[in-house]
Amino acid sequence: MGVEALAESLGQNVLTTTLGKLIGWGRGNSVWPLQFGLACCAIEMIHTATAGVDIARFGSEAMRASPRQADMMIVSGRVSQKMAPILRTIYDQMPEPKWVISMGACASTGGVFNNYALLQGVDKIVPVDVYIPGCPPRPEDLLNALMILQERIKAQGITPRQ
Amino acid sequence: MADATAEGMTDTGTIGQGVTVSRSGEQGAFGGELLTINFGPHHPSTHGVLRLIVDLDGEQVRRLKPVIGYLHTGIEKQAEALRWQQVVVVTDRHDYLSPPFNNLSYALAVEKLLGVDVPPRADALRVIMCELTRISSHLVWLGTSGIELGASTMLMYCFRERDTILDMNEEISGFRMHTSFIRPGGVLADATPRFLDMLDRFCNAMPANIDEYEALLTMNPIFRSRTIGIGRLPAEDAKVLGATGPMLRGSGVAWDLRKAMPYSGYENYDFEIATSDLSDCYGRYLVRIKEMRESVKILRQALDRLPDGPVNIDDRKVLPPPREELETSMEAVIHHFKLFTEGYTVPVGDAYAAVESGRGENGCYVVSDGTHKPRRVKFRSASFVNLQPLERMALNHMVADMVAIIGSADTVLGDVDR
Repeated sequence: MGVEALAESLGQNVLTTTLGKLIGWGRGNSVWPLQFGLACCAIEMIHTATAGVDIARFGSEAMRASPRQADMMIVSGRVSQKMAPILRTIYDQMPEPKWVISMGACASTGGVFNNYALLQGVDKIVPVDVYIPGCPPRPEDLLNALMILQERIKAQGITPRQ
Repeated sequence: MADATAEGMTDTGTIGQGVTVSRSGEQGAFGGELLTINFGPHHPSTHGVLRLIVDLDGEQVRRLKPVIGYLHTGIEKQAEALRWQQVVVVTDRHDYLSPPFNNLSYALAVEKLLGVDVPPRADALRVIMCELTRISSHLVWLGTSGIELGASTMLMYCFRERDTILDMNEEISGFRMHTSFIRPGGVLADATPRFLDMLDRFCNAMPANIDEYEALLTMNPIFRSRTIGIGRLPAEDAKVLGATGPMLRGSGVAWDLRKAMPYSGYENYDFEIATSDLSDCYGRYLVRIKEMRESVKILRQALDRLPDGPVNIDDRKVLPPPREELETSMEAVIHHFKLFTEGYTVPVGDAYAAVESGRGENGCYVVSDGTHKPRRVKFRSASFVNLQPLERMALNHMVADMVAIIGSADTVLGDVDR
């Protein structure tokens, strides 16, 4: 049986794709967030997980408390100087590939608090993929960030970080 | 005592995320040695970033020491660098589950120094915002405590109503959580007809919703066995340790600042102080449920008797002129410009004002040196003081009960660390 005949006999039942696209599709639609709830934004993060907004529609309702089981860290809230080393430790404990969403003004830039106590942006200690503005951002903003991240993950294929 | 434990440490290991164990060498009552366990700060059951160092004998808590500061934001110091009207924005963010209470205690303290009284409609709107927030704050507590005790459905129910309240916040102030609605001299804006309509519907619907929560928890055998008799705090201890709010009322002490030292016209509302003599986690649960019902009563009264009139004091030195006046009046433009470039000054002196938030006495102490910025702003946060009884409550309980006890204290770490 030739290739054309084979393709014809399988008809519409088989999809062909590349391994990279398949893995990207799988990873992108099952991003498990690490719930790094710090401050006000954590409450909006909980809102995102509840029935009204329902992050489960995007395959990310499995909020993990352990970094070993998570793909994506949502830094939701202000990061103090005392918390920074802990945040970095937890990030290091996450298995590759991993992504970070910096949720809210404080996590992204220090927000309204430009002082001795706060880290002026979590990107000083971990690489951030998506920043969300707002103080705190709406749950819809977090969903939007997740969708942006999903597109990026799907485009990245097998090896997200070169 | 904890230092002695640290010195006697012989062996340390990690047994899971956020939990480190070290052997103390100290003998426990059951023949084994005490284990020192590090609980947090990144742990799903600590309501934020609380860290506890717990000495365990078998599975019983022998000592418990909270370690705080993981969310220290420097809000009080930051306030010294801001002008009086700008400070309102940072007060929102210390106890992030009850922004209007933080605004109100600050506004009342500044108004004391300024010597002004706000119009009756402003007072009523302040009461409405505070009571709405008391409900939304208790809803977060109920939902998250439910999850910790295995009743994960609670979160879905509670956050459904919380979303309604946040939508109302958005309608009246343009912001879901940090409304900055209450400010020295009045409130941000008058209530829109749509807000009053939403409030009316909310007041009608909420009692049935609270019945729904109670149907899920009050007689639930798992919930009752996890909370009744757990974390007992006798009234005397609660008073000595400075507990306020549901922590104190859950021990049978009828102390509520809304009754004891009325502010914003609370003396005109008919409501009861919720108390419970059970003194345990279940008692505190009953108190908070009752408080939500009482808040709905207050909201209904405030809505029905909402007075007419302005919502701000008529003082151009403290509050900006209405937008329309800027088109026609030079004086208004000058006031507007002065207010937003250098702010207003507050007479020299100091003042303390306290309000009853969802967590207890939320106080604010301000010192003015007569300039455009505060000399000192100090928050007396209820969560910080309510951490004190934690060891007393958790003593000789199991580790799993400790989670219920932390939950029943309802601390907000932003409020603890500021």
